[in-house]
Amino acid sequence: MSSNVGSAKKDKLVGDLIVNVALGLLVLLWTIPTIGLLVSSFRDQFDIATTGWWSIFPHREWVTTETIDPPEVERDQPIEVKGVSATFDELRDGVQSGNTRLVWIGNRRLGTIQVQEQEWTMNLDFTLENYQNVLTGKRYEVTQPDGSVKVEQGTDMSNAFLNSIAVSIPATVIPILIAAFAAYGFAWMRFPGRRMFFIMVVALLVVPLQIALVPILRDYVRLDLNGTFLAVWLAHAGFGLPLAVYLLYNYMSTLPRDILESAFIDGASHFTIFTRLILPLSMPALASFAIFQFLWVWNDYLVALIFIGATADTQVLTMRIAELVGSRGNDWHLLTAGAFISMVLPLVVFFSLQRFFVRGMLAGSVKG
Amino acid sequence: MQGSEVKPRSTSPLDWLTGTVGQIIISLFVPILTFIVLWQGFIFLRDSNAPKIIIVLVAIIWGVGGVAVLYTVSNWLIEKLPPFWVRSLQPFVFVGPAVAILAWYLLFPSARTFWISMYGSNSTDFVGLQNYAAVFTDRTMFTAFRNNVLWILFGATFSVIFGLLVAVLADRSKFENAAKSLVFMPMAISMVGAGVIWNFIYEADPNIGLLNAIWTTLGGTPQAWTSLLQPWNNFFLIVIVIWLQTGFAMVLFSAAIKGIPGEILEASRVDGATELQVFFRIMIPYIMPTIITVSTTVIIFTLKIFDIVWVMTGGQFGTQVIATQFYREYFTNRNFGYGSAIAIVLLLAVVPVMIYNLKQFGEREAF
Repeated sequence: MSSNVGSAKKDKLVGDLIVNVALGLLVLLWTIPTIGLLVSSFRDQFDIATTGWWSIFPHREWVTTETIDPPEVERDQPIEVKGVSATFDELRDGVQSGNTRLVWIGNRRLGTIQVQEQEWTMNLDFTLENYQNVLTGKRYEVTQPDGSVKVEQGTDMSNAFLNSIAVSIPATVIPILIAAFAAYGFAWMRFPGRRMFFIMVVALLVVPLQIALVPILRDYVRLDLNGTFLAVWLAHAGFGLPLAVYLLYNYMSTLPRDILESAFIDGASHFTIFTRLILPLSMPALASFAIFQFLWVWNDYLVALIFIGATADTQVLTMRIAELVGSRGNDWHLLTAGAFISMVLPLVVFFSLQRFFVRGMLAGSVKG
Repeated sequence: MQGSEVKPRSTSPLDWLTGTVGQIIISLFVPILTFIVLWQGFIFLRDSNAPKIIIVLVAIIWGVGGVAVLYTVSNWLIEKLPPFWVRSLQPFVFVGPAVAILAWYLLFPSARTFWISMYGSNSTDFVGLQNYAAVFTDRTMFTAFRNNVLWILFGATFSVIFGLLVAVLADRSKFENAAKSLVFMPMAISMVGAGVIWNFIYEADPNIGLLNAIWTTLGGTPQAWTSLLQPWNNFFLIVIVIWLQTGFAMVLFSAAIKGIPGEILEASRVDGATELQVFFRIMIPYIMPTIITVSTTVIIFTLKIFDIVWVMTGGQFGTQVIATQFYREYFTNRNFGYGSAIAIVLLLAVVPVMIYNLKQFGEREAF
């Protein structure tokens, strides 16, 4: 009996171990890419280009312990150094003997030989310079190969960051407000066309926004709206509305009917009931959709690309970063910091309001 | 305000006249004032050279406040009317703006895009269905369709499988919340940001790209995973979307698994079912509705995939998908008719899901 209990306990322990190890591996796999970016964003431009970000972990690496001048012998003959005889070409590739390695640094005539040993090292030089460059657009001087000095303007992202805020907040609140009014109307008012309009909302839930880009762009050009905040807000409102109306309707239609009826008897109008009673009661649903929409707008690239386009004044973060990827694919140091700055706000919103976000997703998909 | 009780109060015709005229003037004045204020705000935002911070603040207040004011004013106007008109018009104040925006931004554009797709590259000469014939015979488009099928097949399937796996494992672990948060985190990251992140995995230089660092340590030569390795480069891009979408699937599955009554699981275990049997015979059937919902959502998402491909490869090296081809044809090549035809094809692809949604809706009692 007791041995039975013991083995059951042991089985459970082993099971727990397997579960946690498997889970840990998956989580590791899922976080490594982001960790790589975070670490890289704090590394110096030169470090990023020459060593992997994983070199911050302890690893064995060849470290120069001594630099010696080569003996004066003909270069096309084997050279004797430190008891090793090797040709120039071999030395240039590095000659290993036991625990040390000899490497020729420089050209055939002039040069030195480095004696290297394998040692445990960590590459822990971190800097905030990338962030400074990206945020303030600091000017920095680059000495060209021909000796001239070129001044380069760093990529300033603070403007794009502010633009992203100016786009995201109204583009989150406006569709919620419009959808809340509509959801109340659908849930608590009787009017001709009610069913037809709501069917339209449901049908539009899955329509890809690509379908709308071209005609809307033409309207905007005609109205001279292209590149303005209003244009982007309205576009995001339009594309977010079906889900917003649908979610908020689902929520509001489950609110108890008696509350409304007693308010009506007290002589309150629809508008008063909506603003004083229904909006506060619907806060959980409003919050969960707000997070959804905020993340979607903040992270959006396509809508901004088309309706802001070439207007440099109102460019948002995702556009700036995509531009960096394209035009300066090798400026890794700017890309890392820029990308991380663009993630800070959504990650903060996400982690602090995760509960609402999850609730919104559940309401949106599981119910349907 | 008080309806019928107003009558006895004012007897003089002059009073009545000034009262009504005053009402009318106010009713005209308020909307005009609102309009002027909002228009001034728009002009300021468009033309001002004020510091960015101020512009941003004004934009937020103007945008959010403007919508609220518009609703309040139009409702205030409606409520001045006799009760019968209030009752019949007020619903349209509430629902009207949403319906109008939906019509302008999604409903009519579908028809308009279809219309444009019947015309040639500069929208002047009518060509009928020729653009569609071209879409379905073009080799580039064929690759795009093939790639979209790959995206849906592998992207959606593995997102669902990994999501389910993490959800089941996390459910039995003490570190459930931490693990779920970390797997879910990519959901908060933009696809452009994800593109940058994954460049540090796929970069051809083994001093930058993690995958090549591992590959060269194992004795391989550095590979350009996302460009030269056709057609396998598509799979390396698909991995990114799996990374992004697994969190979404996981959250929904996790909630569904928690909804399975404990007694059922308990009973089956007492009857001697192994853990695998419990998983396949009880959990999977029980959460099947969620699996279907998650799958359709992820399928639609991957069908429309654009950002990842555009940022990683620009749709080159045989990685183009329908959405990138649409962008390239319409905005780069300025081939309006052809580009619109591609958009319509994308719409047709979601029609089955739309019909399913409408069917589900039709079965509901409320309407």
